[in-house]
Amino acid sequence: MKVTLISIPVRDQEKALKFYTEKLGFIKKIDMPLDGGNRWLTLVSKEAQDGPEILLEPAPLHFEPSKVYQDALMEAGIPYTQFDVDNVEEEYERLLKLGVEFSVKPTEMGTVKFAVFNDTCGNNIQIVENL
Amino acid sequence: MKFYEKEIKRIRKVCFSNDKQIKNVIAIRNFIDTNFDTALNLDLLSHIRSVSKYHLLRLFKKYYGLTPRKYLIDKRIEKSKEHLKNGMTVTETCFAVGFNSLGSFSTLFKNKTGKSPVEFKKSNFQETAINLI
Repeated sequence: MKVTLISIPVRDQEKALKFYTEKLGFIKKIDMPLDGGNRWLTLVSKEAQDGPEILLEPAPLHFEPSKVYQDALMEAGIPYTQFDVDNVEEEYERLLKLGVEFSVKPTEMGTVKFAVFNDTCGNNIQIVENL
Repeated sequence: MKFYEKEIKRIRKVCFSNDKQIKNVIAIRNFIDTNFDTALNLDLLSHIRSVSKYHLLRLFKKYYGLTPRKYLIDKRIEKSKEHLKNGMTVTETCFAVGFNSLGSFSTLFKNKTGKSPVEFKKSNFQETAINLI
């Protein structure tokens, strides 16, 4: 078995696509129409285009428990998932300028530094740098 | 303050309050990152921060979750992928990332990536060729 995909629940796939590509810098890999205007929509990192894909999944729109879980994580400030960056401080400054809202500013803990932002599609996302 | 931040603060206090130890392991990791291509061993690493090698081993495992040796191997494999993609030969790559036996490099590379260095090189070449179509 291989890990090739992680899924992120989003409230609006089109809005998520814009945020994840235009602000975060991911690249669209697969965009396949499915029933009812839903899409199989995946992204990859610019610097690892053969690496794992992110699936922007419209689960909260169609499955109530997914929405409840997503809301609870958001309310508690818990990140849905995390991405690695080379420099948290630089990425924080870059995203702030693009209007991204952070709930946790760059913080050191042991051998990592991290920050948490709102992806505007229902999730907190954490960025991490290994120190 | 939200639940997550409270938990982070609590866990930091419990697990990551020894700044001196953390500074030591971070320095060791940085040393491995910049010297992965040389003949590194636990004795050498422990001399850098003047800690005993068993203590170093324990600390590294505690704060990074893997041994310095595993970390070094992962680093070397990651770098060798870059070299192979950039057109270096398998033999050149093997020595450039600090391994000194072609046989053990190939075996290790295959174990970690699922492909031998030669297969990896070929598949990357094919991907580049396909992208050009």
